[in-house]
Amino acid sequence: MSRKNWPDRQGHFGMFGGRYVPETLMPALFELTEAYTQAKRDPSFKQELSAILKDYVGRPTPLYEAKRLGEALGGIRVFLKREDLTHTGAHKINNTIGQVLLAKRMGKRRIIAETGAGQHGVATATAAALFGLECAVYMGRKDTVRQAMNVFRMELTGAKVIPVDSGTQTLKDAINEAIRDWVTNVRDTHYIIGSVVGPHPYPLMVRDFQSVIGREARTQVKRATGRLPDVVIACVGGGSNAMGIFYPFVKDGGVAMYGVEAAGHGLDTDHHSATLTCGTPGVLHGTMSYLLQDRWGQIKGAHSVAPGLDYPGVGPEHSFLKDTGRVEYVAVDDGEALDGFRLLSETEGIIPALESSHAVAYLKKLAPSLDKGSIVVLNLSGRGDKDVETVSKIFDS
Amino acid sequence: MKRIKDMFKKRQRAGQAALIPFVTCGDPDLETTVELVLIMEESGADLVELGLPFSDPLADGPTIQAASQRALENGMNTDRFLEAVEAIRRRSRIPLVLMGYYNNILQYGLERFAKAASQVGIDGTIIPDLPLEEATEWRRVASAHGIANILLTAPTTPPERASRIARASRGFLYHVSVTGITGARTELPKEVTGSIAALKETSPVPVCVGFGVATPEQVSMLSQVADGVIVGSALVKRIEAGIGSGKKAIVSEVAKFVSALKEGVSRA
Repeated sequence: MSRKNWPDRQGHFGMFGGRYVPETLMPALFELTEAYTQAKRDPSFKQELSAILKDYVGRPTPLYEAKRLGEALGGIRVFLKREDLTHTGAHKINNTIGQVLLAKRMGKRRIIAETGAGQHGVATATAAALFGLECAVYMGRKDTVRQAMNVFRMELTGAKVIPVDSGTQTLKDAINEAIRDWVTNVRDTHYIIGSVVGPHPYPLMVRDFQSVIGREARTQVKRATGRLPDVVIACVGGGSNAMGIFYPFVKDGGVAMYGVEAAGHGLDTDHHSATLTCGTPGVLHGTMSYLLQDRWGQIKGAHSVAPGLDYPGVGPEHSFLKDTGRVEYVAVDDGEALDGFRLLSETEGIIPALESSHAVAYLKKLAPSLDKGSIVVLNLSGRGDKDVETVSKIFDS
Repeated sequence: MKRIKDMFKKRQRAGQAALIPFVTCGDPDLETTVELVLIMEESGADLVELGLPFSDPLADGPTIQAASQRALENGMNTDRFLEAVEAIRRRSRIPLVLMGYYNNILQYGLERFAKAASQVGIDGTIIPDLPLEEATEWRRVASAHGIANILLTAPTTPPERASRIARASRGFLYHVSVTGITGARTELPKEVTGSIAALKETSPVPVCVGFGVATPEQVSMLSQVADGVIVGSALVKRIEAGIGSGKKAIVSEVAKFVSALKEGVSRA
């Protein structure tokens, strides 16, 4: 792999990334890139951000050694990066706090976002409430039904939730609608994308805001074990929690990294979200990346029991890391993810989000091939409170 | 490309702006699309924009989203789009421009698509999600096959950037009248005529305006400054409304509407 720092000035990671958006948005993306570059260099911005991350979000999050899980998996050492313990219960808040601070700096008075599972919507509504900004969240109609509790949380914190009835009524369509809103209200509105997707500078900016996960974990695991881990694992939908934990380890050649996608009903069906495993490169939502699409370039619907993974695209930097071979992308199906959900709940008393359960499930598959005493860091990106109703229905049926 | 150039020359000699209607190809079916293009030409259209439907048209409002969905449900795809163009070309020399999203062209293969499109008689492409910075490769391939890649400017585009876009645009320059997505509007922003006049000072190619244009009155107003006026959603709405009443009804309704728009051009 080249030593060059990606992305380039136009936001390309090799052939991936870029800015494939209507001209109306281009000046806003230039402005955002400029504002972000300046903020990044400004010590007062960093200071304000870290103070909020510490006192409001609850960082640093613990790196907890899951000993019973490690034993159950044949004597490996498993460390969980506890993003589930952040305020609002998932890693999403790391990004929304950063972007709301930036929006404030840019003088925007209104925030919009898309959400699938509702975790990013909740994190955005929360950050907007913290700074007194107006907030609207687009959410596929289907998702508003299956994640009703998160709709209520967003409304409680003062956001307006706008159900989206177009297309498949899920995350992909919520992003379309948020982009349409942004094209219309771009002058006073900042769009907070929830993952490392979308046009430049979003994949870069969201990666940077989420990298706090990997920086902390890298220091913590060295402190706990005296060395770098053998393996880092995270689930991948759009890929923000994975990018956050992977990025600080990319240059550590000895650390094997696995991104776990959702195989849904199975990779041989049309009902999965395994974009990197089964997809092909194309352009969606402003960026070039792997996609689930038909031969004509129409985007296919995705499926996963975990709504946060239910997306037919993926961040462009993941596409790049796949093609360079630095990260191995794999997939586990709905059933395996549910086993992972149960395994962590039973061995550690930690109920993981269904998204993060995919990472647990893959670790279970990988464990037999690891030497005893191997060190694994697994990003526990969110907690499972939002999923207990869904899961109890599945277990009962 | 030549058909577009010749058309604008002719319009300039006549001292009139070009009327550019848009329809989604395959809405409600291919046969109707072919008939519609022919009747629009008869009714005064100078160039036709044909929409290649995409599953996720993020620059489009509800009207064109729905039309795209109808077309896709009826089995529309890139090959059939090219077949429709071929059928139109057998009976008409009107300039035809594809309006579509980049991914459909990318998946067909840039080179393969440019070759096929030029063979059936496509004169240009408008790709709203392919801004100047990402368009280099397609511009090269398209122009090698004599296809004009038409770029867009928006109300948010700063003047210096707008003139760079105009210089890189072929065929004409598409100015988006409103900060927003496609869709008929009762009122257009007041600044639009001023923006068009400013663009015309630096643009080496004709400047056309679209997005939101819905009535003969708006067409008339814009025709006084622009080299061409594009009407999309207002037309697609009439097609949608006629779907229950059959092809004949749609064709006659569209003919009536395009004639009325043409009168708007003439009044300018």
